[in-house]
Amino acid sequence: MSVDIDKADGPADVPPPKAGPEAIKAIPVRHYGRYVAAVVAIGVLAAIVYAFAQGKINWGAIPEYFFDDRILKGVGQTLLLTVISMVIGVAGGILLAVMRLSRNPVTSSIAWFYIWFFRGTPVLVQLFVWFNLGLVFEYINLGPIYKDYWSSFMTPFLTALLGLGLNEAAYMAEICRAGLLSVDEGQTEASHALGMSHAKTLRRIVIPQAMRVIVPPTGNEVINMLKTTSLVSAVQFYELFRYAQDIGQNSGAPVEMYFLAAAWYLVMTSILSVGQYYLERYYARGSSRSLPPTPFQKIKANLLSLGRPKGAA
Amino acid sequence: MTTNAMVKSEGVHKSFGHVEVLKGIDLEVKEGEVFCLIGPSGSGKSTFLRCINHLEKINAGRLYVDGELVGYRQKGDKLYELKDSEVALKRRDIGMVFQRFNLFPHLTALENVMEAPVQVKRQSRAQARQRANELLERVGLADKAGNYPSQLSGGQQQRVAIARALAMDPKLMLFDEPTSALDPELVGDVLDVMRDLAESGMTMIVVTHEMGFAREVGDSLVFMDGGVVVESGHPRDVLTNPQHERTQSFLSKVL
Repeated sequence: MSVDIDKADGPADVPPPKAGPEAIKAIPVRHYGRYVAAVVAIGVLAAIVYAFAQGKINWGAIPEYFFDDRILKGVGQTLLLTVISMVIGVAGGILLAVMRLSRNPVTSSIAWFYIWFFRGTPVLVQLFVWFNLGLVFEYINLGPIYKDYWSSFMTPFLTALLGLGLNEAAYMAEICRAGLLSVDEGQTEASHALGMSHAKTLRRIVIPQAMRVIVPPTGNEVINMLKTTSLVSAVQFYELFRYAQDIGQNSGAPVEMYFLAAAWYLVMTSILSVGQYYLERYYARGSSRSLPPTPFQKIKANLLSLGRPKGAA
Repeated sequence: MTTNAMVKSEGVHKSFGHVEVLKGIDLEVKEGEVFCLIGPSGSGKSTFLRCINHLEKINAGRLYVDGELVGYRQKGDKLYELKDSEVALKRRDIGMVFQRFNLFPHLTALENVMEAPVQVKRQSRAQARQRANELLERVGLADKAGNYPSQLSGGQQQRVAIARALAMDPKLMLFDEPTSALDPELVGDVLDVMRDLAESGMTMIVVTHEMGFAREVGDSLVFMDGGVVVESGHPRDVLTNPQHERTQSFLSKVL
């Protein structure tokens, strides 16, 4: 075998070194279905866009009100309600999951009953029940700390929080339970063998590992919650949807304001999706040897490989 | 060697449902001794080991560690079950090493070793870290302190697990087939650490299939089969000159 050592300065007419069998050059399979699907999809999309453009919708109203003070305030209230409700939901969910898995039959039955009730009734109905609970409890009386009429205690905000948070806790409980059960029994044994108590084992060993299983569905729950907050407009709480509705009725552009609200919800859920991705990455540490690249890193890598010329031609 | 019994078992029985796994185990492990348990799988040796730190409850008999009853308190002729916190207190003094390592995957090697001293013994983090580093050095893994378990080989994981158990300064170490899940070339490192530990005078109960280790390091050896002790004695005697037919046939297969 003769190989030209002086490759770097080698003249162009030097034959390329033999590199095993010839690389395969075959005509790739044509995927006609893809072109057909693309054409159909574009056609349908164009028809939809055309229909909406022809409709009696005042598109100009949307950008006009997009950053309206009331809309921005509504967005803030929606986010606040989402965050606090989810905090209640997650804390309650972990507590309920631990209770359900507890060896104490009383606590596990209580948790079972709670989940049965709150998962079994619509959240909108629960919101109305909270709102009207003054019919059952005329006063709220916490002894020397607090005493008031139920109707003035149960503000729309508190109704919304309780309604959404307590309902969410039931769903989160099932997610957390699945997470806790996913942790290998050997972990609990090892922790117990070191003299750690049940509570410490749960807090320091089991829950951190369960998080990897709990976080992805919790992200979905947050996104779901963000949208479900629109229901609390029914109990007089002013958030994004309610403000949009109000503006719509006053300005004579109700449908436009629904589109506006939809756009804001989309923006917020998109941002949450990105956050969830990084949260999942964080909880995956220690479970795999190397973390997958972030989308940003992927884009960077793709751009670099695009910039590199593929052949001498 | 003193003659104090670290572990004393009197007629210990254990059943899982209708299956009786231990059918009356009588044995005594002296302080400072390396006590090897061998036998075919299903013979009850791992179960017995788990009874010693009360990961399993025994159904009959008496089991003592360092003169105290395991899992119960005796007052007069009545037995009282210990509370979880009291059981946990006793487990502090008994280190355990598992076949599947059971390192905490969300913590680094160093954090694995520090966890129990900080959480259970309320040591300061600085103090625990220093001790953890010393222990990792002792098992030859000083340079792996920052690695997560998934970044370590099986043999390295098992040595971290040994360091983790030692961090609680136990007076008794239980080894449940510590090398059975390892690639053959990684077994030696783990056995070296155990040999070193034995030389330092630690009382060790080792469930193992490593007959070479049992012969060289063991002070006593028990052959179990079908939930009973078939034969016991000095490892050299039992391994080279087994008296019972069952022991002979087992050893002829593994040696």
